[in-house]
Order: sequence, then structure tokens, then C-alpha cells
Amino acid sequence: MLGKGLLGIYLSVLVLLPVAALLAKSSTGGTSSFWRAISSPEAVAAIKLTLIATAIVVVINAVFGTLIAWVLVRDEFPGKSIVNAVIDLPFALPTIVAGVVLLALYGKGSPIGINVAFTRVAVGLALLFVTLPFVVRSVQPVLLELDYSMEEAASSLGAGSGTVLRRIVLPSLAPAIISGVALSFARAVGEFGSLVLITGNLPFKTEVGSVYIFGQIENDNLPAAAAVSVLLLAAALVVLGILSFVSGRLSRHVQ
Amino acid sequence: MAIEARNVGKRFGDFVALDDVSLTVGDGALTALLGPSGSGKSTLLRIIAGLETPDTGEVVIGGEDVTSAPARTRGVGFVFQHYAPFKHMNVHDNVAFGLSVRKRPKDEISARVAELLALVRLDGLAARYPSQLSGGQLQRMALARALAVQPQVLLLDEPFGALDAQVRAELRDWLRRLHEEIHVTTIFVTHDQEEAMEVAEQIVVMNHGRIEQAGAPRTLYEAPSNEFVMSFIGPVNRLGDAYVRPHDIQLLADSDGTGTEALVERVVHLGFEVRVELKLSDGRGVWAQVTREEAQLLELQVGQILSVRLPPPRVFV
Amino acid sequence: MSSSEGAVTLSPPTSGRIPRRAPAGDALRSARARKLTLRAIALGYLALLLLTPVAMIFYRTFEHGLAPVWDAITAPNAQSAFWLSIEIVAIAVPLNTVFGIGMALLLERGRFRGKGLLGLVIDLPFAISPVVVGLALVLVYGKTGWFGNWLGEQGFQIIFSVPGMVLATAVVSLPFVARETIPVLRELGTDAEQAAETLGASGWQTFWRVTLPGIRWGVVYGVVLTTARALGEFGAVSIVSGRIEGQTQTLPLYVQDRFENFDSTGAYTAAVVLALLALATLLVMNLLTRRTRRETAA
Repeated sequence: MLGKGLLGIYLSVLVLLPVAALLAKSSTGGTSSFWRAISSPEAVAAIKLTLIATAIVVVINAVFGTLIAWVLVRDEFPGKSIVNAVIDLPFALPTIVAGVVLLALYGKGSPIGINVAFTRVAVGLALLFVTLPFVVRSVQPVLLELDYSMEEAASSLGAGSGTVLRRIVLPSLAPAIISGVALSFARAVGEFGSLVLITGNLPFKTEVGSVYIFGQIENDNLPAAAAVSVLLLAAALVVLGILSFVSGRLSRHVQ
Repeated sequence: MAIEARNVGKRFGDFVALDDVSLTVGDGALTALLGPSGSGKSTLLRIIAGLETPDTGEVVIGGEDVTSAPARTRGVGFVFQHYAPFKHMNVHDNVAFGLSVRKRPKDEISARVAELLALVRLDGLAARYPSQLSGGQLQRMALARALAVQPQVLLLDEPFGALDAQVRAELRDWLRRLHEEIHVTTIFVTHDQEEAMEVAEQIVVMNHGRIEQAGAPRTLYEAPSNEFVMSFIGPVNRLGDAYVRPHDIQLLADSDGTGTEALVERVVHLGFEVRVELKLSDGRGVWAQVTREEAQLLELQVGQILSVRLPPPRVFV
Repeated sequence: MSSSEGAVTLSPPTSGRIPRRAPAGDALRSARARKLTLRAIALGYLALLLLTPVAMIFYRTFEHGLAPVWDAITAPNAQSAFWLSIEIVAIAVPLNTVFGIGMALLLERGRFRGKGLLGLVIDLPFAISPVVVGLALVLVYGKTGWFGNWLGEQGFQIIFSVPGMVLATAVVSLPFVARETIPVLRELGTDAEQAAETLGASGWQTFWRVTLPGIRWGVVYGVVLTTARALGEFGAVSIVSGRIEGQTQTLPLYVQDRFENFDSTGAYTAAVVLALLALATLLVMNLLTRRTRRETAA
């Protein structure tokens, strides 16, 4: 009983009260001021960039994440266990360091002559870096469990490797890919640390939603910051909800 | 210590696990709770142990109402179906657990543990971890652990269920002898009628959350009080409303006028026992159990016509 | 056909594997080519996105020798940033560990209404941007926030000081311990705990002697993840800290500060220290997974 009470207090102090305060602040001026806050040109540009960049990034993640998981499970090559271990590096690496790391190779004075700093490409690059492990790590265990004899049965029935991939493997992996995509999406929509150095935070150009919120806080415009925050949080939760529903529906028969 | 359950009821959601069950187990008895899965036997055992609370009714152990007492104060030794070993402790520490939570002196604990390990024939394995033991050894360790605190009552949930046939037979025999030695009131749960018949002094047959019949193994076999008990304990033929044990069916080579005619449809040799599937003249099918010698004398073969003498059938209302 | 069927029923079942048709030489070669292509694409992607950039900062840090690196490490602001980060981790991680285990026990063993909701609340920090976490904390504990004024009158300053930074760090790293412990707790089951109970152990004795040892590797794994996240948190801490040099500047904030002041050696050095800590985290994570895999195999 005592434990439950303490847990309740802890969660209230850390999560419930702050979220409530955020919702309250975003609606202080009613719907019209909420609407004004999220429809200012700079906010619209930032939100649009966030959503579009995130959408592109999660698609790339779905493809490359699945591919990397495939190679890690079905292929054998020297150093595989090391590659497997470093997949998690973006989770372990502080986000600000992720930004520095990318700038070291793709920034000013790049040793390979590629400088994407302060461009929209940098936004995508940073988001790809920090979300890399999600799809890999959700697909990998499913692929490990996937019954190889199912694929063998399919090819013994005369299916070509393309057909096996399309009809047997991908449907089994789809729920895992989608849940990895959902996690990537939530992470990318709110990403901040890895972006501040490499994107230059140029309004209307490379400024994403979280950076915009940060700027509004610095300018002491808390209601506007709260309004955009609520919008981004809602977007993350809605996408998480939809994708986990879809993934649940798809995995009904597989399980 | 005698155990008594009075009018115990328990539901899990809509499912009635126990429906007004009353049961008395005498001091020092060895009792089996026998029934198909979902019959409520494990729930009853867990309620006696204090691992579940009944919705209605009382549990009395040694004359004391323990219905609301927590499991740890009931003085009950419980052996779990999958042994529930403490995987991070070695055999010695597993067996010593009950004594060490009671903060007994170290030398007393190690003396008692050594004694118990000898009793369950695990001496020499004290330093092993559960992952290094076989199923039968785990079972015996779990038993020693339960006995270490000198329980007044020993409860075992499907104690041999997860073991292979040979080890199971050995352990059954051993449990019966152990009980003769330490004489603690013991209840074990099983779905295997043969196991119950072989080990227990008293069998309680359960079905759908109720007790169908309780009594000595022989009584249950010879005087079952209803069709469930009759068909659960031993094989039966069902002829309309009547029940006949296959070994009570007599087969005769020549008709002497007292039997009915039957056609042999299949003969299955199971070593000493031979099963004969028959079609009676009225079209009903039965099977009979005969010995190898009888089968040889009758020169049994498919297609043969025999005379069959049925015993007075048992009818339950 | 019938004779072969008879043979099948008589012979004991062999392996369940369906024999694969021997592929023709061409097919074999093209399968191999496909495999190599996939491997090259996957490894190339990882090299470009992950490995080369990380290797690059090590090169950048040490390209002018060790002396400037040493100067950067021993700079007073770097030192104070490092120790402040350690201080925050030393408070936030134990808090989240204790409460994380408590939440896991409640979610996995408890029976109460609103359990699903509690699970959502615990996971919420994963769905919220760190910046938003910082903002939400300011709105509650800042000067103009719900309780900031009152707390200030009592002599507690939360925002723009260490308590706020601890709070922010605790929020963003909240879910890890619970999330890593819950599956282990489920795997452990309740049998051993009930066995302890029938043997006379009290609730506390059961927790310390049976439950906790049973889930220890899950907890440790969660603690490692919590520590990594806590050490590296940037956005939320950035907002609630006020970024006062030498006072409320953690190591990640120091990296940004150095970078924006064109002190690339200082920035790279601090980044390398953090990267080394991240690599150590990875190492520990791998050792732990190997260990649990061995134990479950046994």
C-alpha cells in the first residue's frame, strides 16, 4: 500500500503533473490562440519539415533496417558479432554526440568532401542515425524465430526466391517492421539533440518542430511552445496507436 | 494433523472452480485428489495451502480455522508441479531456505539439510544447482525442501506429472515408503487413476468443481457411486444406460445357451492382456479383456463367432 | 506408390526438414551473388551512417596530438561538467531503479483497475520529445509554473538548478528499468515466490531472497540503459538547466557550448569521453545478454 502511494507520487511528479501542465498551458487562450500558435508560418514550416523528414526516414529505416536484420540473421561473415553489437550504438550515444559525430564526417572540412551541414539533408541524416536500431532490433528476433522449413516448403512447391520473399518472409516480418517503424516515428518526431548542431536551426529551412519549441521557450513564449508540443505529442501518439493496431491485426494469424 | 475443508467455493471470473466442496482427511493419511484437468483438484489443494483464498467456506487444519491465515503461517509443505526450484541457489541452500528464513543456527541447519538429503537420496549433490539436476532429482529436492521445516501437512501438486514413465514409477513407490516412514498427513493431486490407486490410502474423485466420491481405492473400483467414477477409475463398456467392466465379460467358445452371440472384429495383443473387440448380435459393440492363456484356448481370430456372457450391468440413476 | 507409403509408416520419423532440391550450378551462383550484394549494401549503409562518422571523431580529437586533448580534459569547466553529469546520474539512476522495479512488480504481479493505463504512463516518456519534457517541467516547477513560486518561498529552486536537471533526467530515462524487468519477471513466474511463502518467508524475505535474485540480470540491463540515457540527456536538461557555465552545465551541454564557441578540440574531446562511455555501455549490454542467454540455455 505504502509502495503504491509512493509510486503514484513519483509518477505524478515526473509525468502526470508535467503533462497536465502542458495541456493546460496550450489551451490557456482557448482554441483560437492554440490555432494561432500552430498556424504561424514558422511553426507550420517547422511542423511540416518534421513530419515529411520523419516520413522519409521511417521508410528508409523499414527497408535498410529489415535488410540489416536479414544479413545479421541469415548471413555469416567474420566480424558479424561486432557489427551486431554496434547496431545499438545510436541508443547508447548521447544525441549531442551523434550530431558532432555526423558533423565530423559530413560537415565543414569533410575529409570526403561532402558538406551537408545546415541543409535539410542533414536533418534526414541525423534522424536516420538516431533511429537506426529500432527496425533492426524489432525484426531480428522474429527473423530468428521464423521457421526456415516454411521457406523450404515454399521453394519445394516451386516458388522462386522472389515469390518466397514476397509471399512467405515479408508477411511474417510485417508486424515487426511496422512496430519498429512506429518507434522510429515517435523518436524522430521529437528528436532534438542530434539536430541542433548539424542543422543550424534555420527558420523555414532546417528548423524542425522540437527546435522551434526550444526557440519559443527561449523567447518566453510558453503558450506557443506548449501548443506545438501538444500537436507533436498527439501526432506521435496517434501514429503509435494506428501502427500498433495495424501490427496487431497483421500478427493475429502469424502467432 | 487432520485437514478439513467445509463448503469451500471458488470462482475465477465466470468459471466455477470449486462448488461447495467439503472434505475430511484424517491425521497421517495419504490421500489422492483425482480428476480430469479443470476439475478443481489443484485449486482445492492451493486453498488448503493458503495460496488461494476461497470465496466461501472454511479450511481447518489440526482443529484450527486457518481460512484467513497466510500460507507462511500454516505449517504446510507444498511441492509444486514444476518443482519451483530457487534457480540461483544450490541444492543445499534450496533445502535450507525454510530454516534460514526462520533464522535457525547455522549448524542446526546444516545438520538438518544433510539428514534430509540422505532421506531423499541426494547426498553428494548439495553443491549442485537446479539446472544441473534431472527431473527426478529436482522432484526429490523440492520434497526435501518442503519437509525441512517439519510441516504438519504435506501437499503435492501433480508430483510426478512432468517425469518420464520409469522415473515416475520409482518415485511413486518411494513416496509411499517415505510416507510410511514419516507419517505426515499427505494430499497429492493427480489426473492418473493408476497412480492414485497405487499410492493413496484414500482417493477423492473430483469433477466440475465437485467431489464425486471419496473412499478407499478398492471401494471406488468395486462400488462406484456414479457413472463418472466408474468410467474414470478403470475401463468400461457402455451399453445404453448400463456399464460393464471389460474384464467382467466372459467369452465362451461354444454356446451353452446362457450367453449371446458375438462376432470378433479385432484382437489386440498387449502382452499378458488381450483386448477383443466384439459386435453383439443386436449390433452393439463392446470390448472384453482376457488373459493371453484364455485367448489361446479360444483360438481367437477376426471373424470368429463366440458366445458372450455379460455380468449383471451396473445402472446409475 | 502404395509400397512407399507403407515404408513411411513403418520407419521412425526422421528429421522434420524437407529435403531441399539441389539447386543447379547457375542458381547456386546467383544465390551467392545475391547474398554478397545484400551483405555489401547492409555493411556499406552501416559504415557510412554509423561506423565511419564515429571513427572520425576519434581521429579529429587526436589529430593534433595528446597535449591539446589533455588541456581540454583538465579545463575547469570540462571537469565541473563531467562531475555534474556524474552527480545527476548518481541521483536519478538509483531513483529510477527502485521505482522501476516497483512499477514492474505492480504491473506484472498486481491486480487492480487501470493497470493498462499505468503501463501507458510509464511508457509515455518514450513518446515525448526531450524538449517537451523540459517545457512541461518548467510549466510545473518553474518560477511562473504551478508550484514554482510556492517551492521558491520554501527555499527550493528546481528549475535552473540541479534538482530540475535530476527531474528532467529521471523523466527521460524512466521506462527502462520497468520495461527490462517486466519480461524477466513474467518468465520467472510466481511458483518460486509461492514456494518461499509456504516455507515461511515473509513478503520482504521473498522479495530479497527469491524475486530480486531471479530478476537481477533484467534489472542490471535496465540500469545500464538508464545510465546511458541519463548521462547523455541533452534536450530536457538543456531547457531546465539555464546552461550556466561551471554551474549547471552537464557534459553534453558542454559539448554544445564548446562547439558553438568554435573550440573544436574541447567539443571533440568531451564528445569522445561520452562516446567511450557509450561504448562501455554497449560492452556491458553485450556481456549481459550473453550471460542471460547462457543461463536460460542451462
